[in-house]
Amino acid sequence: MKTTRRIVAAMLSVLMLGAAFTGCGNEPAAPTTNDPSSAPVENNPTPDNGGDKETDDGKLKVGFAQIGQESGWRDAETASIQFYAGQNVDTIDFKFADAQAKQENQIKAIKSFIDMDVDVIGLAPVVETGWDAVFTEAKDAGIPIVLVDRMADVPEDLYATFIGSDFIEEGKNAADEMAKLLGNKGKIVQLEGTVGASAANDRKKGFEDQMAAEYPDIEIIASQTGDFTRAKGKEVMESFLKTYGADIKGVYGHNDDMVLGAIEAIKEAGLKPGTDVVTVSCDGVKGIFEAMVAGEANVTVECNPLLGPIFFETCQKLKDGEAVEKWVKSEEGIYRQDTAAEDIKTRVY
Amino acid sequence: MNRLKKLSKYQVFWPIVIFLLILLVNGIVSGGSFFEMRIVDGHLYSRIIDILRNGSKLMLLATGMTMVLATGGTDISVGSVMAISGAVACTIVAGGGNVAVAILVAILAGIVAGAWNGLLVSKIKIQPIVATMILMVAGRGIAQLITNGKIVTVNSDAYYFINGGYILGLPFPLFIVAFVVLLVMLFIKKTAFGLFLESTGVNPISSHFAGINVDRIKWMVYTFCGMMAAVAGLIESAGIKGADCNNAGLFIEMDAILAVAIGGTSLNGGRFSIPASLFGALIIQSITTSVYAMGVAPEITQVVKSIIVVVICLFQSKAFKESIAKKLNFRKAVKQA
Repeated sequence: MKTTRRIVAAMLSVLMLGAAFTGCGNEPAAPTTNDPSSAPVENNPTPDNGGDKETDDGKLKVGFAQIGQESGWRDAETASIQFYAGQNVDTIDFKFADAQAKQENQIKAIKSFIDMDVDVIGLAPVVETGWDAVFTEAKDAGIPIVLVDRMADVPEDLYATFIGSDFIEEGKNAADEMAKLLGNKGKIVQLEGTVGASAANDRKKGFEDQMAAEYPDIEIIASQTGDFTRAKGKEVMESFLKTYGADIKGVYGHNDDMVLGAIEAIKEAGLKPGTDVVTVSCDGVKGIFEAMVAGEANVTVECNPLLGPIFFETCQKLKDGEAVEKWVKSEEGIYRQDTAAEDIKTRVY
Repeated sequence: MNRLKKLSKYQVFWPIVIFLLILLVNGIVSGGSFFEMRIVDGHLYSRIIDILRNGSKLMLLATGMTMVLATGGTDISVGSVMAISGAVACTIVAGGGNVAVAILVAILAGIVAGAWNGLLVSKIKIQPIVATMILMVAGRGIAQLITNGKIVTVNSDAYYFINGGYILGLPFPLFIVAFVVLLVMLFIKKTAFGLFLESTGVNPISSHFAGINVDRIKWMVYTFCGMMAAVAGLIESAGIKGADCNNAGLFIEMDAILAVAIGGTSLNGGRFSIPASLFGALIIQSITTSVYAMGVAPEITQVVKSIIVVVICLFQSKAFKESIAKKLNFRKAVKQA
């Protein structure tokens, strides 16, 4: 009797561990048709020959080493890049590598891209450090590297350009929107992101600097961190409302989720979010669009993951030998309440 | 004076004093506005209500955690179990399911998780901190699997009622806490369970030889702890109208253990007091609320909080109190001489 119990217990624990592992590794191993990491690296002559032929047809040859699946945001970025390449098969020869969130896979992918002699290598580095050797290899082969949405900690001459968001710009845009909503005067509160996060620091700096410079009649009466989460955003907003009550005319959140939490707190206080207290936040997640449609949120400043077009334009410029800036700032969208009902239909993430 | 001395013998005495002290300091600093009570849309609206409502999650967790700690164990998986329960409930509600069904399934998930912890600890004899660490790590993964890694948003008023509802002008979570604590206290005081629990914590081996089924007691308290975590998870996810698997209950296990410790229950097991832990939970929540109310800069909130916690722990330390008393007595003696 006792032994059977032990066996059952042991089996259960194995099952549970199994669940744990699937929990960690739910990224499907998805080798795409032209997965470069499976290409024979040793076999130099073949890709070289192929390379010669293909450079003749004048196509833009691009290899892109993506991190893998990580969030809805990254999925949208991958989809955007693959979609653009798919639309332009005639002019673009696109190789895609999914690194399954491992740096060594990305390094492998870059090495095989070099062997294939592509024109440009795109990379969303999974970590910041450890890229010097492989970047130097690419540089020696004369292939420019384009960093997408994340920076790598390497000397500036090792990569061609960085395409990504400018959080300071987002903060500035948010300040402009807030001023528009409030008619350039009023008291507002700020929900900050996690202390020390670059998105939080820059969105705060951009917003506060712009407010100080352009809209002296808008006063930020309180600012507290909400750790980028809904629950904390709600709790902090509750407290702000207790202290300042209906004096608060607007709330600026470093991300949408905190503002979604704050909206609940505003309702609790008997005020109307979206009219009594206006909201401006960053990111552009689906929940905030739903809130805007319901009239409870006003504006979101998007951190755009749809980098496909700008990525390939930059690659083409690099191939043609045109000058590109060291930091190509991705276009940020600003979405407002009045068009939210239309915008929500086109949201892919 | 004598009466006060008698009162201070109760474990719950000092936590209540500290809690009132924190409120008092807040009241003085804010010039009385801290205690302001208004009626908004037919319900009470004030900071005290905030403390009670936001503290309800921690009070439930502390109730379960007190019993686990009383056996000499610990459960660091409660935060992840909260995430699982929120994920389960929100996925069901978002899929058009009945709210009552969602609540039941979520609580069931918590019971299963707790029973799993209990199994590892009581039958397989894994160290409690290691055994519950498995679920602490894997639990968030399981929650992510349930929600596909996204924040599931629900727009059900019935579900929101769990956190935001009011009965007689008081927040609904308070009634959940009152109901649960009443049941538990009855069970502990009116049956021999409380006694068995304490003796298990003091000395499991002699308890075993005295005829107490130690394994079963442990299994029961871990299961109960998981259930409390599930209810807390429901309150949390209802409050934000969604399941945020990454952040729901993150690091709250530490707060729960701290609440019990501030309540004066030893982490080595043995004597315990659930009312004291409840006030411990309220103390932690009121610290957070006062940090916000006083407008402490975000960069230093953590430091301020930890300083307050250190002071409270000194307050609760017997050795510290005795040494202070000795010094005071010494001075008195000198004056008299």
